Amino acid sequence: MQRIIKNDQVVDESWHLLPKDADLATLSNSDDVIVPLSLWLEHGHALRARDGGLGVWLDAGEEIEEIAEQLDRFQVIALNFPVFTDGRHFSTARLLRERYGYKGEVRAIGDVLRDQLFFMKRCGFDAYAVRPDRDPYDALQSLQDFSDSYQAAADQPLPLFRRRNA
Amino acid sequence: MYVYDSYDQRIVEDRVKQFRDQTRRYLAGELSDEEFRPLRLQNGLYIQRYAPMLRIAVPYGLLSSRQVRKLAQIARDYDKGYAHISTRQNVQLNWPDLEDVPDILAELATVQMHAIQTSGNCIRNTTTDQFAGVARDEVIDPRPWCELIRQWSTFHPEFAHLPRKFKIAVNGAAQDRAAIEVHDIGLEAVKNAAGELGFRVSVGGGLGRTPIVGSFINEFLPWQHLLSYLEAIIRVYNRYGRRDNKFKARIKILVKALTPEVFAERVDAEWTHLKDGPTTLDDAEVQRVAQFFVDPDYRALVDENERLEGLDREHPGFARWRSRNVVLHKKPGYAAVTLSLKPTGVAPGDVTDKQLDVIADLADRYSFGEVRNSHNQNIILADVEQQSLFDLWNELRENGFASPNIGLLTDMICCPGGDFCSLANAKSIPVAESIQRRFDNLDYLFDLGDIDLNISGCMNACGHHHVGHIGILGVDKKGQEFYQVSLGGSSARDASLGQILGPSFAQDDMPDVIGKVIDVYVERRTEEERFIDTFRRIGIDPFKERVYAANH
Repeated sequence: MQRIIKNDQVVDESWHLLPKDADLATLSNSDDVIVPLSLWLEHGHALRARDGGLGVWLDAGEEIEEIAEQLDRFQVIALNFPVFTDGRHFSTARLLRERYGYKGEVRAIGDVLRDQLFFMKRCGFDAYAVRPDRDPYDALQSLQDFSDSYQAAADQPLPLFRRRNA
Repeated sequence: MYVYDSYDQRIVEDRVKQFRDQTRRYLAGELSDEEFRPLRLQNGLYIQRYAPMLRIAVPYGLLSSRQVRKLAQIARDYDKGYAHISTRQNVQLNWPDLEDVPDILAELATVQMHAIQTSGNCIRNTTTDQFAGVARDEVIDPRPWCELIRQWSTFHPEFAHLPRKFKIAVNGAAQDRAAIEVHDIGLEAVKNAAGELGFRVSVGGGLGRTPIVGSFINEFLPWQHLLSYLEAIIRVYNRYGRRDNKFKARIKILVKALTPEVFAERVDAEWTHLKDGPTTLDDAEVQRVAQFFVDPDYRALVDENERLEGLDREHPGFARWRSRNVVLHKKPGYAAVTLSLKPTGVAPGDVTDKQLDVIADLADRYSFGEVRNSHNQNIILADVEQQSLFDLWNELRENGFASPNIGLLTDMICCPGGDFCSLANAKSIPVAESIQRRFDNLDYLFDLGDIDLNISGCMNACGHHHVGHIGILGVDKKGQEFYQVSLGGSSARDASLGQILGPSFAQDDMPDVIGKVIDVYVERRTEEERFIDTFRRIGIDPFKERVYAANH
């Protein structure tokens, strides 16, 4: 079983991440699933009728605006990094937290490596499916890379200048 | 200059610790080359032709004498005894060992320096006018704004993996010495009719493979909103800039594809949400930062014109130096002095460790202990008393800094080129030297007047060849090094991009080619007309005819 980082701890993964070509027919009724955006857009109604937990995942080029009105339907929103250098979802995570006020889990999936974790956390991620060939316990350490930051972001509503002048 | 408090210091020290561990993991094989690459680049570390190259950040070009001494010591202890001033006002070391870089960064941190974001696809060092704070034509001192941008952009969590590198420049003077229109974002500090401070904002300028002059998308951005507006611009870029082709990934390509008008609308739509949020600047913060840039303890002096003119008559060399390397200062009795790092026979922008120690010493004795690096790859003592100019000139001569060539043909901007850089198609330093040797007659050089000659060893354009009045670009033709010449570029307020003269030339032909270009200028110029003005008046054809005539 994969282990992921959630709320600064390594935990067993209980959700099923469905591939892009997943179809409704193969879904069990009670599993907790994270479905690709296209499946949600096509079969939202049926997905909501299931008993299991529901999450959605967005690929790097998919825009959060597509589901901005429906965010409360998801317990998990996973954002995919096809390569760790693709920074688009850093913006998506901030929009989710700061603009849309999303309170559920925001999870990084894909090419997730420890050296990106600190910035991900600042942007509003709270769960990280670290690449399976890497040790999540090692990765955990990078969440502490910096003791402070200059900017306001999802984890800190005030920029440093508003705190240091206070 | 800005002095770190405990927050700034801790953040830099955290970075040293982080990079030490990243380097350890890389050397232990826990990080692949691919994975380590962006991490090292965001600390300015390139893997070059012969050795790594480390680019050290010099925020908006300002250095204290203590920092200069530290750079000298690092160049001595970890390198081959010299350093290079880059076109982003930074300092580069060409020969450090990868294993030593964490120690170098730790040394830098002891003098409030670092190599953060000096490379990689992130927000780079913000640059400005080398005469900021002392220029007579200054409207607003850009340095506090540069520092505010530096802090906001340092480890910005959202923008560490942009589609491509991102450069911001700020100008606050009548003349634009910061080349803002060829930056991803160019900011010009201005005052509106009510006397309030704001910024004109240009986006999408840049050199490289597809040179473009930026478009102004906001004519007056009130200062309070500077950071939130920058955040809006870069968020739009981060989300919608191209990532499929690194040659089309700069913001200029997005701005062009959308048109500046539509891009501006996107930014405004984003900014609506960010405006008036916590990132909005306030008086307290601007004051806190600005207090580091108040005037030093200038003495009440008067201009020394007569005395200096007397010295000019006795010492023609002094007169020449003064006419090129000394500029007016906002304070009577003071002057800003440019130390030329372009003597013939030295790679443009190179300084030795001993010279750096001398510069630190001169800064302490003549200029309140501070120096500035210019994007033209020279070093400036910005606050020299006019009555000390003659003594200073003598000291500069002893140390190889007194070439009276600032702004002249031999004051070239030049990248390290194929001698060092693994990206380069061709060498640039030997071409610079051969042209310097060709134009070694000072009287003739002076007669030619202001000419920007810029050389890049490849189309990445680190030597800013597109905006040289004369630009030289190294190209690869079937494994041979050739050079393409362009004319008519300018990075000043009237920014323009050079036009290509024609087919490229072999290295040996370059001094002759430049010689012919200059001949046409000399024959066709009207009195007092600068090269760029003659070019703009007569166009490229007369130059083309002359240069290619002999080949047919």
